Amino acid sequence: MLRLEPRTEASRLMQWCSPLLAATLTLLAGLAIFWLLDKDPLEGLHYFLISPVKDLYGVSELLLKATPLMLCAIGLAVGFRANVWNIGAEGQFMLGAVGASGVALYFAESDSALILPAMLLAGALAGALWAAIPAFLRTRFSANEILVSLMLVYVAQLFVSWLVFGPWRDPMGFGFPQTAMFHDAALLPTLLDGTRLHLGFVFALGALALGYVFMNRSYTGFKMRVAGEAAEAARYAGFSARRVIWIGLLSGGAAAGVAGMAEVAGPMGQLTDKLNFGYGFAAIIVAFVGRLHAFGILLASLLMALLYIGGEQAQQYMNLPSSISMVFQGLLLFFLLGSDVFIHYRLRIGRARA
Amino acid sequence: MTDRRQFMLSASAAALAAALPGSLLAQEATRIGFVYVSPIGDAGWTYQHDLARKELEASLGSKVQTRFVENVAEGADAERVIREFAASGHKIVFATSFGYMNYVERVARQFPNVTFLHATGYKSGRNFGNYNARFYEGRYLNGVIAGRMTKSKILGYVGAFPIPEVLQGINAFTLGAKSVNPDIEVRVIWVNSWYDPGKEREAAMTLISQGADVVTQHTDSTAVVQAAEERGVYAFGYHSDMSKYGPKAHLTATTHHWGEFYTRTVNAVLAGTWKAENIWGGFKDGMVRLAPLNPAIPAAVQAEVKALEEKLTAGTFHPFTGPIVDQAGKERLSAGAVMDDVALGKMDFFVQGVASRLPNTR
Amino acid sequence: MDAALFSSILFATVVAGTPLIIVALGLLVSERAGVLNLGAEGMMAMGAVAAFAVTHSTGNPWLGVLAGLTAGMGTALIHGVLCLSLQANQVAAGLAVAIFGVGLSAFVGKPFESVALPAVPPIRIPFIADIPLIGEALYNQQALVYFSWALFWAVLWFLARSRAGLVLRAVGEAPASAHAIGYPVILIRYLAVLFGGAMAGIGGAFLSVFYTPMWMEGMVAGRGWIALALVVFATWRPLRVMVGAYLFGGVMITQLFIQGSGLQIDFPAQFLSSLPYWATIVVLVLISRNPNAIRLNSPASLGKPFRPEQ
Repeated sequence: MLRLEPRTEASRLMQWCSPLLAATLTLLAGLAIFWLLDKDPLEGLHYFLISPVKDLYGVSELLLKATPLMLCAIGLAVGFRANVWNIGAEGQFMLGAVGASGVALYFAESDSALILPAMLLAGALAGALWAAIPAFLRTRFSANEILVSLMLVYVAQLFVSWLVFGPWRDPMGFGFPQTAMFHDAALLPTLLDGTRLHLGFVFALGALALGYVFMNRSYTGFKMRVAGEAAEAARYAGFSARRVIWIGLLSGGAAAGVAGMAEVAGPMGQLTDKLNFGYGFAAIIVAFVGRLHAFGILLASLLMALLYIGGEQAQQYMNLPSSISMVFQGLLLFFLLGSDVFIHYRLRIGRARA
Repeated sequence: MTDRRQFMLSASAAALAAALPGSLLAQEATRIGFVYVSPIGDAGWTYQHDLARKELEASLGSKVQTRFVENVAEGADAERVIREFAASGHKIVFATSFGYMNYVERVARQFPNVTFLHATGYKSGRNFGNYNARFYEGRYLNGVIAGRMTKSKILGYVGAFPIPEVLQGINAFTLGAKSVNPDIEVRVIWVNSWYDPGKEREAAMTLISQGADVVTQHTDSTAVVQAAEERGVYAFGYHSDMSKYGPKAHLTATTHHWGEFYTRTVNAVLAGTWKAENIWGGFKDGMVRLAPLNPAIPAAVQAEVKALEEKLTAGTFHPFTGPIVDQAGKERLSAGAVMDDVALGKMDFFVQGVASRLPNTR
Repeated sequence: MDAALFSSILFATVVAGTPLIIVALGLLVSERAGVLNLGAEGMMAMGAVAAFAVTHSTGNPWLGVLAGLTAGMGTALIHGVLCLSLQANQVAAGLAVAIFGVGLSAFVGKPFESVALPAVPPIRIPFIADIPLIGEALYNQQALVYFSWALFWAVLWFLARSRAGLVLRAVGEAPASAHAIGYPVILIRYLAVLFGGAMAGIGGAFLSVFYTPMWMEGMVAGRGWIALALVVFATWRPLRVMVGAYLFGGVMITQLFIQGSGLQIDFPAQFLSSLPYWATIVVLVLISRNPNAIRLNSPASLGKPFRPEQ
């Protein structure tokens, strides 16, 4: 008989093997799904894993798609490590896009080199501001941040809709819900000629580096980790629970805000009412699959981006429905959460010794 | 379904192979890509485009090979999907939603040898045309029927968002109804979503309980027609013939037909005669039609509608012919004048006869 | 306001509130046992597609509801296994359930998108449906509307009066003590999660078989998330779930009625639509700021995993 036996110490090996195990299981499940659908499993794998990165342009698209995921996920990880559950990155992303768009539209006449830095700042601030609401309500009234941040996603969506249907609507846009296209000074420069990969990717790498230093090398980061793992110990050591909550939420909000800025100043080039791409929610999966660690998040965001693009290609060339990407994303997280049990437990065969 | 289609394709290809000399077969099929904004489903905007894609395949046979991607968000992803079509040897790409416009423009610049067609936008380029249909012509005819069929003189309209295309439809419907029944009023409810069957249904139910006995919608589901069937009032379909969702309620529908246009465009591109244009076709071009009329419509009304339909087809009648007066009583178009396409494209008012107010957006 | 208008607003409000009540009551029981399941949207979608498929192929809407219930439960079981047997994080597992359920329902539902179902006739309760003003609106409704009321009484009684309900609440408040006394904490939580899934499945079935008889990808349209908000809004009390759901439905319906009546609204529709979310936040703040209220209302161990061996 199989049974789980608690480990005396969390397994570091499993900590890192579990995402690999989850990816492998997702792969196997994918093969099974293709087989069940009467599609060639190898062809399916080809379109999901190989075809999207077959050339430089494909790689650039993968990095482009991974950029918002990386940014949102690294910001969330800071909070998640401290048991601060911000699940409203989707709304903070939208507010970041709004903040950046505000600057771009207000200074539409100017071609100053300061516009992009100002947009970056406005995006980060707007995202952080949106996250400050749950932080304030949590620290002041102990209102649950999961629910408040989630509610604010819907408010943000409606707010964007009001802006692009109302005051920010492009007067030359035939009444469609969109702002004017940003002028060149408000667009992020591309990194590689002929691709869409833009400076936002560098922001994302910077955020990962910053996140790594903060979480793994700084004293505040250490305190936050302790607060997450052993709240009592943290209190005993005199760490302020309020500060932990504020830092956790604000860093998540600011990072998601930058992601929103990079989306409107990057591939979109304008603000529209179609901002609900789900990056903020997908980033939660990325953060978990990446073990709340900067390097892991880098890999996990690439994997998620691959699943998105692979899903498109599987549709384009194999006539598979688009929803297959969501099925795979769900499976990946299921398998990861399931595999994680082996971090704290080991599998034993036979009966427990009394 | 998919497998069957593929089987039929290969079966017809085999039949062709038996009949045709080898030289024709050697010619490779032209690949054509379609980008859809929502799942195809069984009725609605994307469904009509997919129907047209199948018509295209049927009419050009082995000369073309089509592929599609559905549910493509109107954001950065769209550019990748469009570009992937262009980069993988597709010669023509149809992008079928407004939000793809700027992405099509960018990809079109990178792939000068590929032809791009974008639906419902306003930009174009050397190898990038746009196309749309004058749905309002069908709406006007729906209005005439509604004006004749209503007893309560209240007509209901469920709208998605107050953008010009939707306003054209509401105004044409109102003008049509008023042309035969000057006392009617049209009530409009916005659901602020293109697709939320629950809310669309509630909006229809609300209109019906406020006295509307004919309802229609500019949203993407069949919920309004189903609600009308349940409550025993009349309804019009939109996009697709929705009669199977409400056999008694469904008077007719303003249906979209892109098939001929797609075939014509592809033939022109293959022949090298295609030029970028802004296409805005109506009854005259066969892009808008009425679904079969419900037998509940009296013969006299059917004849009246047929006559108007012929005039639209002949191009001798325009629904937006002055005088057109807005809700505030201001004359927007003087008597006898015909509204030009720019004014139509920028429409931002309700005509007299619409009882609801436009939401304040500024 | 005339009587007919009032009656139709009431009727529509009750219909719009019904799926929210059913789903939210299920989530409430699950949360009272200490398990947060953010996957309601996915469980509803699975319930909706299963119910539609079975109703379509058997012609019997009740078999459809049963299928919806089973599908919702099956989806909830994944959440249960991950969070209860494998100690996974409840937020992450719930999100995975939401994404997976919405995706899988779209995937398996493809063949059913082209099908129309006949409307299921309402059930008229003799005599009381004749009461003026409210009779037609309340007692000439779909069977699942009556079910939502019965469910309300059952949950109310179960939590407040039954021994099993007491145990369930104890498990949610203080799992360690419940375990020490000898209650099977994990088993009880499993049952609560499955109940939540079953109700979400029925809520989905209501949408696809009774409300708008159709199946389309994405047709749940955020109602699962609203139900989650509703449980908080109701501070984990069944009566307030009822009130909240009808309030939610009522705001939406009244907004439609105002639009239809041609009154000028100088308030942007988007702000009106965001009111329920702000209201939920305000309620959350009101109940949270008072430590006593929290202790009385929100289950103390909500969202926290429990390891029986410790």
